[in-house]
Amino acid sequence: MADSDIAPVLTTRRDEAMGFFSRMVSKGLGWARKYSLFTYPYATACCGMEYMSVAAGRHDIARFGAEFPRFSPRQADLLMVVGTINLKQAPILKRVYEQMCEPKWVIAFGVCASSGGFYDNYAVLQGIDRIIPVDVYIPGCPPRPEQVLDGLKMLQDKIGAQVHRVGENSPVPSDFMLPGSR
Amino acid sequence: MSTFALDRVTAQFPEAVAERYLDRTGGAWAVLHAEHLPKVAAFLKNELDFKLFVSVDAVDRLHLAESDPRFEVVYFLYSVSRHEHVRLKVRVSETRPEVPSLVPLFKGANWWERFVWDFYGIRFTDHPDLRRVLLYEEFQGHPLRKDYALRDRQPLIPERPIKDIFRGPGTSGVA
Repeated sequence: MADSDIAPVLTTRRDEAMGFFSRMVSKGLGWARKYSLFTYPYATACCGMEYMSVAAGRHDIARFGAEFPRFSPRQADLLMVVGTINLKQAPILKRVYEQMCEPKWVIAFGVCASSGGFYDNYAVLQGIDRIIPVDVYIPGCPPRPEQVLDGLKMLQDKIGAQVHRVGENSPVPSDFMLPGSR
Repeated sequence: MSTFALDRVTAQFPEAVAERYLDRTGGAWAVLHAEHLPKVAAFLKNELDFKLFVSVDAVDRLHLAESDPRFEVVYFLYSVSRHEHVRLKVRVSETRPEVPSLVPLFKGANWWERFVWDFYGIRFTDHPDLRRVLLYEEFQGHPLRKDYALRDRQPLIPERPIKDIFRGPGTSGVA
């Protein structure tokens, strides 16, 4: 597990924060986070139809806690990149990602977002992982709603297993800070 | 299909028409010399009522048997009153890919000619604003040319500031 996966959330006295309490807080936070994902659907292409299907009654992503699509990146903690991202749009996607608050996760929804898909050409970004980090890749063109739910559960497992160090008063990484605010 | 319009053009400007033929669907075509194109288009618009500019596109004939000159610029006009299309072609070479612009005559030609410039690199002289229309300024090359490499990748571009979005009352301090 890389250091970037460890989000410092609570800072108390170190001796209080060790052991059992630390593990329980970590588990509780992971549990709370994984069932309250607010999604930002960055839908650009036909995968957006499949996203609607996932969100609508029959498949109903709300059953898994990702109830609420938020149309502001500042209120979302899961960025779903749904569809083809071309090179002209890449800086906009990057900006949307940067506008989201930590902790944040990214799902590449469909092959176009994951690898460019069959748009192996001059205009299309060959996978969004060239500009932003991705947690779960969902294949398919477009993916079935069941695949999306499976991907969501994989992400939830990842979030639930994330270690939150309590009482770890480590410095914030410099790229989290605005210049001159330290 | 009717060849009325092209017959009139040939009778009026015999020096402008290089070639005429019917394609395999029976459509009538006229190949024009580039320098006579505005004159012929003005005649079609004003005299024969071809007032609807449908499109202009280009063909890169690089790998075809007949490839000299390399590019064909293809014009489609339509007359609403006569229910008739007219198809014009201009051939331009690779070394000097220039065609007179039809924007002074048809306002609708503006973005189409920018499109042809964008994807084929054919310049339209006297075009008022010949910039790329779909791709971005930093793009290298013209991707619908047949010698544009299949796997050519363009570098990532930085985000540019948005100045022209109207955000409700006021303009967010942007002039």
